[in-house]
Amino acid sequence: MIGKLLRQPWVFSFGAAIAVWLATIAYTGGQGAGAILTAAFSFATFTIIVGLGQMMVITTGPGNVDLSIPATITLSGVVAMKVMDEDTGRMVIGIIAALGAATLVGVFNYGLIRLLRIPPIIATLSSSFLVLSAAISYGRGIRIKPPEPLAQFAETQVFGIPIMAFAVLALSIALAMVLSRTVYGRSVLAVGQNSRAAWLAGLNVDRTRFLTYVLSALLAGVCGILLSGFSRGAALNMGEEFLLASIATVVIGGTSVAGGRANVPGIWGAALFMYLLVTMLNTFGASAGIRLILTGLMIIGVIVAAGGEEQR
Amino acid sequence: MNRRFLRQALPFLTLAVVLAATFYVQPRTMSYFGLNLMLQYAVPIALATIAQMFIITVNDLDLSIGPFVGLVSCIGATLLLDNPLLGILALLVLIATYGAVGALIHIRNLPSIVVTLGLSFVWLGIAVLILPSPGGKAPVWLKALMGVQTPWVPFPIIAAIVIGVVVHLALMLSSYGVIARGAGGNPKALTRAGWSMLNTKVIMYMLAGFFGVLSGLALLGLTTSGDAHVADRYTLYSIAGVILGGGEFIGGRVSPLGAVVGALTLALAGSFLIFLKISPDWQIGAQGAILIIVLALRALVSYGEHKR
Repeated sequence: MIGKLLRQPWVFSFGAAIAVWLATIAYTGGQGAGAILTAAFSFATFTIIVGLGQMMVITTGPGNVDLSIPATITLSGVVAMKVMDEDTGRMVIGIIAALGAATLVGVFNYGLIRLLRIPPIIATLSSSFLVLSAAISYGRGIRIKPPEPLAQFAETQVFGIPIMAFAVLALSIALAMVLSRTVYGRSVLAVGQNSRAAWLAGLNVDRTRFLTYVLSALLAGVCGILLSGFSRGAALNMGEEFLLASIATVVIGGTSVAGGRANVPGIWGAALFMYLLVTMLNTFGASAGIRLILTGLMIIGVIVAAGGEEQR
Repeated sequence: MNRRFLRQALPFLTLAVVLAATFYVQPRTMSYFGLNLMLQYAVPIALATIAQMFIITVNDLDLSIGPFVGLVSCIGATLLLDNPLLGILALLVLIATYGAVGALIHIRNLPSIVVTLGLSFVWLGIAVLILPSPGGKAPVWLKALMGVQTPWVPFPIIAAIVIGVVVHLALMLSSYGVIARGAGGNPKALTRAGWSMLNTKVIMYMLAGFFGVLSGLALLGLTTSGDAHVADRYTLYSIAGVILGGGEFIGGRVSPLGAVVGALTLALAGSFLIFLKISPDWQIGAQGAILIIVLALRALVSYGEHKR
């Protein structure tokens, strides 16, 4: 039983997260243990949302990755704030507009990949340049505050855990169900393991990948809306840190980079680990340079400890 | 004209078109001085692109090359200036580290994207420790080298040709180059033929480190002071340069001449967009559009080249 549990790829990321948290509170002598967790759940939820999207894309097979997530977050945040215009009555229409813009990005991405046969890494990179320019051009000018209910939703806590985290937990469970129980989810895994075999078996490879890129963009859109609610406004660099974070959480969380194997719990463990790691280094009073070096070494350390893919 | 030839010629045609368009928009650039000014930053980009190409040859990807180039510029502006011997030693250690990372990735069969992602934090961290804010000074010889005035043809063009031809000879025409590319094409076949994949990977990673060092020093010679963040965009530039130059992510299909041409195109596209007086909001977007157009053309050319 325990042996089986230890072989689960996501155990590593949770183990690492707990170890880092314990080290932090050992240093502070137990002070702020709860507050640190609350903050971790707040900040990690954003990473988890986009991490789930990135996980789906990476699972559809080698070479598939979405580099347009940061730009999409920014675009969605800017569109949401601008359409809502601080008016609670316009919240729904703002959310629809932002998610619509994000969906367009996903459709455009897959169009480049499928119709122009551009490798996903370059396709999503090029489109992210266009998307970012669109966001900059559209979002020029003043900072607009989010409507009060949106900000409330992003900040409210129950027993020290933000309700946003519960919503994202529900989302994660739903996605895990989709992966294991629906035709689409099984198709994602099958296409990722061997797209040719999946095609021969009669699966619609194109549609599966198309839906996945749209899903990833959509989740980035959700992240953009919530993030601009949480940080009281959209900023043009708000998506920046999520490029590395989304990829790192997927891989540290035990999802196969070669595709075909997804791991939802691992995304949670990895996102919490990465946030707690930075908190720990801050608590220890490490300088910016040391913090960066240790973050890098930890990422490498976890991936080395978790081991790579077995040879095929 | 067959498609294979057309495909290989495409990077060169692209460069010619961008160059012609730049001349048309701003005729004054059609001079020794104008070309020198527009293309000088292409030299470090080309070197970083070659570094990335070595990694792509063995089916890996290096997400740390940008911060690495930044780190080299910081070491060059401080240690190399104050204590040349120690500076050179530090740079050699960096190259050896690249080799060690290649070995680690191969032995543990790790995804290169994640390891180099982690590594990018490490490089940036060390660079920030050395130079918390931009500063230091480039060694005089480095400034002199990058500012050299060659007769007739501007230095950046000569440098680009030399870089491209040397690497082309080594990787495309030497017998060891065939093995290196074979490591990307079919690693199993290579192992069964008795070649060590470990050695090949370590050597390719060290070559990438070496060219990364050259790129950082070249950049330092131009900027004349060190900055940890000076080359953050180089990671993306280098990947785009390799692909623009006709390389592919898997299968060891790369082209050193193409990669250099791809880097020149990217550097030139930047100047071109400024001459076009496009609103600054859309500068990055226009670069994305250029990338998409070139790759769309390539898709058109290679359509039907090999049925899948």
